[in-house]
Amino acid sequence: MLLAIDTSAGTGVAVVDESGRVRAERATDDTMRHAEAIGSLIARTLDESGVAARDVTGVVAGMGPGPFTGLRVGIAAAHAFAFGAGCPVLPVVSHDAIALERYLAGGDGPLLVVTDARRRERYWSAYDGLDANGVPIRVDGPGLAKPDALPAPAGERFDAHVVSAAALGTLAARILAGGLAFAPDEPLYLRTPDVTPSAGPKRVSA
Amino acid sequence: MNRADPLVLGIETSCDETGVGIVRGSTLLANVIASSMEEHARYGGVVPEVAARAHLEALGPTLREAVDRAGVTLDEVDAIAVTNGPGLAGALMVGVGAAKALALSLDVPIYAVNHLVGHVGADILAEDEPFEYPTVALLVSGGHTSLLLVRDLTSDVELLGETIDDAAGEAFDKVARVLGLAYPGGPRIDAAAVDGDPRAIRFPRGLTKPKDLDRHRYDFSFSGLKTAVARWVEQREDAGEPVPVGDVAASFREAVADVLVGKAIAACVDLGVPRLLLGGGVVANARLRGLAEERADAAGIALRIPPLSLCTDNGAMIAALGAQRIMAGHAPSTLDFGADSTLPVTTIQS
Ligand SMILES: [Zn+2]
Repeated sequence: MLLAIDTSAGTGVAVVDESGRVRAERATDDTMRHAEAIGSLIARTLDESGVAARDVTGVVAGMGPGPFTGLRVGIAAAHAFAFGAGCPVLPVVSHDAIALERYLAGGDGPLLVVTDARRRERYWSAYDGLDANGVPIRVDGPGLAKPDALPAPAGERFDAHVVSAAALGTLAARILAGGLAFAPDEPLYLRTPDVTPSAGPKRVSA
Repeated sequence: MNRADPLVLGIETSCDETGVGIVRGSTLLANVIASSMEEHARYGGVVPEVAARAHLEALGPTLREAVDRAGVTLDEVDAIAVTNGPGLAGALMVGVGAAKALALSLDVPIYAVNHLVGHVGADILAEDEPFEYPTVALLVSGGHTSLLLVRDLTSDVELLGETIDDAAGEAFDKVARVLGLAYPGGPRIDAAAVDGDPRAIRFPRGLTKPKDLDRHRYDFSFSGLKTAVARWVEQREDAGEPVPVGDVAASFREAVADVLVGKAIAACVDLGVPRLLLGGGVVANARLRGLAEERADAAGIALRIPPLSLCTDNGAMIAALGAQRIMAGHAPSTLDFGADSTLPVTTIQS
């Protein structure tokens, strides 16, 4: 049984079984209060699914891209839950879950997924359909760009405001079933911290 | 839950140390700290985003090591405690998210506790008999400078005063830069001051003039002192004279220690509380400890300084405060608390 957590946009939690079937799902699209929301969302989703913490066999973590502060809450929670439950963390690129959801809803062919990166920038990833395991084929990205510098979509462009934890969990189940590799266990910040090294003390006297 | 002698795992991520501590009741079992201090050195101070990223990286290994060192298994854990403020918001959120998920995965209650009160709670874990209450507590670090009156660790803590600008540790970092010394400034200034004369230069003591004492009797200010040191050094340099780094370091350190200890002792005397507890990373400063010992002794005040590993930010003090709350019969926190960067000291548990 997989517990999926994503805080790359709002906060989403889902319980998905090994076949990819969604047992329960809870989400809030609040993009500010991830730390407040995460606990109750995990508790309620587990409750509704009837799955006990000790029955969780993997914790799927949405690795972004996403605004840093919120993104970290979900990844930290995924790691801590996995540590407590004695199971692995399964890192997944959050945009891949958006692409999967879009394809499951009937889309096919080239797809450009775009999400908000704040500071008037966007995160993007380019896809070209699903592979034999039903996993979206990412052909480029994730990347960061000004809105007018985004890659030209080869097909549909999809601007997403939420990431479905259910799709994230389903995707992880497909990756497991196909024996494929998960994403690296590193948050996709795509930006370096906004600081410059100290240039020495500033003069205080006139 | 074992309320008499609970096994509590505490998580602390309020500044640049990722701390995980494990206690059983009032007994320390493990205190593991990963610091991102070196990553901040090139910036000359703690960069919140750098600190928050480092917390996320350090979290898993720190949790694992703490459980290993404590020699316990996770199914023995009775409760999770976590710092939810005050501190850097983005950094706190890493610990809050992790602590909630860990509590749920272990199916145990969670206690969200105050970082500053945690510093006072560290004393519980020291080898000798714990302090009696009430006590005055002086907590000094790179992130805070606070004077507290603690009537009861788990239920009655009052803020007497705090810095109105820089934290004392920040002032050490900034003056170190002025003197061309590396980050973090505290130990460098301490080392440079060894050969210096603390009476060579009379630097200002912030908020100690009679007109300031009315409104800011127990408050601190280090911004003016930092500027005074910089101006003094610039005048020397402008005149083409060498800067006596030892004398400046010693005189600056003396001014900081004088104000910190002076106000803490004054609080003890004013309030008739014959006990003073020190906490926070700046306690590593030799002159602060020395002056506190001298003046506490002269005033007949019992002084307590927990071991340095419990004075700097750590998870054990958070676990200890959580355990004390449990033993005092308090209910756990509900799961909806957030990180509060300005959490008041009167909120011992959220
Ligand atoms: Zn502290």
